[in-house]
Amino acid sequence: MITLTVNGTARELARNSSLAGLLGELGIDRRMVVVEHNRSILRDRDLFDSVELGSGDTVEIVHFVGGG
Amino acid sequence: MGTALETSLDVSPLVIGGREFRSRLLVGTGKYASNADMVQAIEASGAEVVTVAVRRVDLNRASDEGILHHLDPDQFFLLANTAGCYTADDAVRYARLARAAGFNEWVKLEVIGDSETLLPDTAGLLEATKTLVAEGFKVMAYTNDDLVTALRLEDAGAVSVMPLASPIGSGLGMLNPYAIRTIKQRLQVPVIVDAGVGTASDACVVMEQGVDGILMNTGIAAASDPVRMAVAMRLAVESGRLAWLAGRMPRREIAVASSPISGMLAS
Repeated sequence: MITLTVNGTARELARNSSLAGLLGELGIDRRMVVVEHNRSILRDRDLFDSVELGSGDTVEIVHFVGGG
Repeated sequence: MGTALETSLDVSPLVIGGREFRSRLLVGTGKYASNADMVQAIEASGAEVVTVAVRRVDLNRASDEGILHHLDPDQFFLLANTAGCYTADDAVRYARLARAAGFNEWVKLEVIGDSETLLPDTAGLLEATKTLVAEGFKVMAYTNDDLVTALRLEDAGAVSVMPLASPIGSGLGMLNPYAIRTIKQRLQVPVIVDAGVGTASDACVVMEQGVDGILMNTGIAAASDPVRMAVAMRLAVESGRLAWLAGRMPRREIAVASSPISGMLAS
């Protein structure tokens, strides 16, 4: 297992997990979110499958909410 | 072929950053009691531009629905904000995240300097504007009603400068009409008054200063009946715009009779 931080909370994942795998586990549709991995924005959602997550990584998953 | 009424109405579009909008009322999507209320009110407002915020998906809720489950991005022009950001770096980060959502490269830039008044940090705002303009963003900059800051934001490449009428969410209406008028007179880019409009008369008076439009959220969302208030705001923005175009009569300190003085009966 590896431990990483997802949206500010520590989370354990199987070794060799991909970003797409993490989103799948969380039940998140990748088309509806923007992901920042270790402070780098991943602009191409098609590449989520090939982004491998490592221990100590930081992932931020954001979307649009109501605001003024 | 318009009727006299149609030709007297304002049909000139609002043009910001090369893009045309028919409505001069821009609205926020926050603080509504429900998503259904929000959608109804926004449709009633006639607004084309709607602001949204960028926030973490709540991973503890089974289905944390983003706002795009309720608002059709083909129907509205999404304007992401950087609300809640207190540094230029944070605001730039949020703007980049918003652009990565893939809708457009526009941002309503906020860099807040004080948590009590939510007044802008104008130094941070200018810095973030320069950075984002260099990256190809179209920046609409939320600022205070200071002319010099407004001029600097325009110089920095903002496509619109958005001075406040009064603090965000205060509903106090326009506190300094002179400042708003002066900013409008001196800037080339569209001036959209953002924040502080509490009711329809506030919106009307703001538009009567000659500004190009108004962005509001709480004024509609926090009304007892947001849909009715959205209609009232739409009419007030149109009314104020027409009154501005029509040119008001001069103010006089004395009465001037409207009826003829001649032709009165002998007493």
